[in-house]
Amino acid sequence: MTTVFTFTIDGQAVAGSEDQTILEVAEENGIDIPTLCHLDGVKDRGACRLCVVEVAGSNKLAPACTTQIAEGMEITAHSDRLLEYRRAIIEMLFMERNHVCAVCVANNHCELQSMAEEHGLTHFDLPPISPVVGIDASHRLFAIDHNRCILCLRCVRVCDQIEGAHTWDVMQRGIETRVVTDMGKPWGESTTCTSCGKCVQVCPTGALFEKGRAVARGSKTRRPYLPYLKVVSEERG
Amino acid sequence: MSEMPAARPRPRPVTGHGGAAPEGPARVTASVCCAASCVSAQSDLILKKLGEKVAEAGLSDVAVKRVGCLGLCAAGPLIAIPETGRLLRGVTPDTLEPVVEELRSARPNGHKEAQEPFFSKQVRVATENMGTIDPEDIDDYQAHGGYEALRQVLTSMTPAEVRDEITRSGLRGRGGAGYGTGLKWTTVAKAQGSPKYVICNADEGDPGAFMDRSVLESDPYRVLEGMAIAAYAVEASEGYIYCRAEYPLAVARLRTAIRNAQRSGFLGSAIAETNFSFDIQVRLGAGAFVCGEETALIASIEGRRGTPRPRPPYPAVAGLWGKPTLINNVETYANVSSIVRNGAQWYSNIGAAGGKSKGTKVFALAGRVVNTGLVEVPMGMTLREIVYDIGGGIVDGRPFKAVQTGGPSGGCIPAEYLDMPVDYESLIKVGSFMGSGGMIIMDDTSCMVDVARYFMDFCREESCGKCPPCRVGTTELYRMLDKICSGEATMEDLEEMEKLAAIVQRTSLCGLGQGAPNPIFSTLRYFRDEYVAHIVDRVCPAGVCTIKPAEVAR
Amino acid sequence: MSKPTLATVWLDGCSGCHMSLLDTDERLLELTERADLVYSPIVDTKEFPEHVDVCLVEGAVSSEEDLHKIKMVRERTTTLIAFGDCAVTSNVPGMRNPIGVPPLFERAYIENATTNKQLPSSVVPRLLPTARPVHRVVKVDVFLPGCPPDADLIYNMLDDLLAGRVPNVAGARFGR
Repeated sequence: MTTVFTFTIDGQAVAGSEDQTILEVAEENGIDIPTLCHLDGVKDRGACRLCVVEVAGSNKLAPACTTQIAEGMEITAHSDRLLEYRRAIIEMLFMERNHVCAVCVANNHCELQSMAEEHGLTHFDLPPISPVVGIDASHRLFAIDHNRCILCLRCVRVCDQIEGAHTWDVMQRGIETRVVTDMGKPWGESTTCTSCGKCVQVCPTGALFEKGRAVARGSKTRRPYLPYLKVVSEERG
Repeated sequence: MSEMPAARPRPRPVTGHGGAAPEGPARVTASVCCAASCVSAQSDLILKKLGEKVAEAGLSDVAVKRVGCLGLCAAGPLIAIPETGRLLRGVTPDTLEPVVEELRSARPNGHKEAQEPFFSKQVRVATENMGTIDPEDIDDYQAHGGYEALRQVLTSMTPAEVRDEITRSGLRGRGGAGYGTGLKWTTVAKAQGSPKYVICNADEGDPGAFMDRSVLESDPYRVLEGMAIAAYAVEASEGYIYCRAEYPLAVARLRTAIRNAQRSGFLGSAIAETNFSFDIQVRLGAGAFVCGEETALIASIEGRRGTPRPRPPYPAVAGLWGKPTLINNVETYANVSSIVRNGAQWYSNIGAAGGKSKGTKVFALAGRVVNTGLVEVPMGMTLREIVYDIGGGIVDGRPFKAVQTGGPSGGCIPAEYLDMPVDYESLIKVGSFMGSGGMIIMDDTSCMVDVARYFMDFCREESCGKCPPCRVGTTELYRMLDKICSGEATMEDLEEMEKLAAIVQRTSLCGLGQGAPNPIFSTLRYFRDEYVAHIVDRVCPAGVCTIKPAEVAR
Repeated sequence: MSKPTLATVWLDGCSGCHMSLLDTDERLLELTERADLVYSPIVDTKEFPEHVDVCLVEGAVSSEEDLHKIKMVRERTTTLIAFGDCAVTSNVPGMRNPIGVPPLFERAYIENATTNKQLPSSVVPRLLPTARPVHRVVKVDVFLPGCPPDADLIYNMLDDLLAGRVPNVAGARFGR
């Protein structure tokens, strides 16, 4: 038997079972908490910090995606302060690499772009970092443009946890962090990649895309299959 | 336990001595410091040569002994003659003749040389054997009270009694945050799940900090004993020491110590002939500062990328391999055996001036202080005593400007607080942090903006890259500080930097990002005029920063 | 009382934002009744007037000429609008920033040229080291991102400004 907890999010009374996270319960109740690294079906990592919420009685912000619910919690998911934080984080993500929406394959299909609009970001005050980062187009079907990568690691997790190939991983650290295929080999030479394309479908931006797509034509057309990921992962336990 | 193995003969421990052992009891001993700082100045060669020379000179009643850190690293290589209280400084392998002569004529004297404040003002608990015992010799450790505490715990105390004793002692985590050690042990003991693990965090990474390294190099058995007592108290049977690979000497001594402890029956199964079993493995870190964060450290031990994860759950509940795990740092464990031997009351009486902070704290004095080195002082001692009495004041008699404590998450404390007591709460009150014990002393030749930039550069390089506020925020903050240092910034830039710093502090995933803006906040709090001078007057008051010419800057 | 004055300036951009302004279609007539269009690539005036009430700036600040122009425009303008992604983020002109000017010139005028391989002479304004968004150079009052900004958004913003309201740019987004 599972225990049911009742608590509030932004003053709205909600209920969830003990093994649920704040984010899950919020979603079920139509409360939108922004996130870029969460993906139904793969393990949460609490990394993008967009889903941070305030929990009454705690002076630390809690990521909604990894925080388990508890009886009587009073959660603030939207406030002026949280909006300020979220805008700042979105801005940092834009400044980190070279996001040029106008010429991006994911233009108009990009979660980062939409996130900026939803949060009313009309410009950036932070200076851009403008790093020199490359593109790996060695794979037959797909390519990765690190200029657009926000390091949500959905690709890494879906490849490992759903496809079971673990082609993707992470190298270096700090601002130099990059996702890599086969410990840094070109994607086209990967012996583990099954070319399933899940990584491309789950990428929130134009970092991973199908070759041959023009600007703004990189919609993740097979996104609707994603709930299937959740079913798979639940079946696997 | 079904069967109690009978006391069995154990192989002799390894004691890879250099030096010379006297035939009978030694008249005098030359204790040669063989910790990293002196070894880097050839003290291992000194040990070998001195042993040969003493033998050549036929001084059969003189012992030449390898010991751990003698503390006064600035004056190394050091040789101590404990029987006379003499400390020979700056010895070189080519100037050993006077040393031999001194050893020839030295007589144990009742009135030892008056000790200078560097030594006399210290209270040594975690470092009590440091510079006295041979760090690899388990017999020497036992001859100085080693393993008495473990025996006592295993034969006459229940795990709960041990936890109570530690709780009553008031010992708090010496890794920096100052969480109550007894409370942590109790949480792990009560957590559901089996097996449980004990981890020693030896991933000391703060710039200018070398407390843990010195303890491991000088008295490794003390750490092993503390861990064994902790394991008994939380009912764990496996332990890990996570040590950075940049500490090769500490790692080598730890490995020797573990091997010797296993052979002497203080690690492994049936410890001290009881049914308690506990063993320890050393795991090396590749020098990532973030792996000092406990969840990143655990990930690294598990063989994964060393990145932190959000807490809760805390390691005490779900740590290594998802099991309840106790993590304390080296110095915390180093205090445990003394507390057990002398009692909680004894420990909490030390450092009574420290309020809620009890006992002692080891500090690594670095920077513009005369006596750079390792010191252990009672909690509540004033900064002035540490800097001027123990530290011997500022080099060249220059004016004291600030002391930086707490590493990259800490802050700079200005001269007006020289008379404040050093304890966890007081340091937080002035915007700094105890941290693991690095103390960098600065005089008027330090530019505080440059100092803030230095620490931000460190955090930027050490950020693991998992969360954007730390990964991007520290890079942006570093660039802003760099802009100020080169005289290119405006007051709006300063405002923007303060705003971003607050956001990085609030939204970062772990302590690295949350603490990274602290050097900015504390230098702004006490030295805002220096920031303004760089921006408005375009000068660096300390003359450190290179201000770009006006036509290039704007 | 005289009508408020309106100007538009074209720095380093593709003129797409101006096209989008023209896409306000018949509403342009209404706008020009409410304001005097005193300076723009689409009108004949050669000199930027001494004073302008509202100025739309398209494009990033890329060259010394852009720099000179935007400083002058700022001085003479009450409400300055960063108009479109190039003005707001430096966008496509900013794609050269990680590369640097000398390698960029080498690639464009030498490597990829089939005839007459030579670097631009003094006739063309010198490029600045980086193409910068307008607000990195002068103060900007209103940001309207988009590549290009939607005609409705442009109209609504100008409507608000001419009516003395705080402009509402909700719905504006980078790219598209």
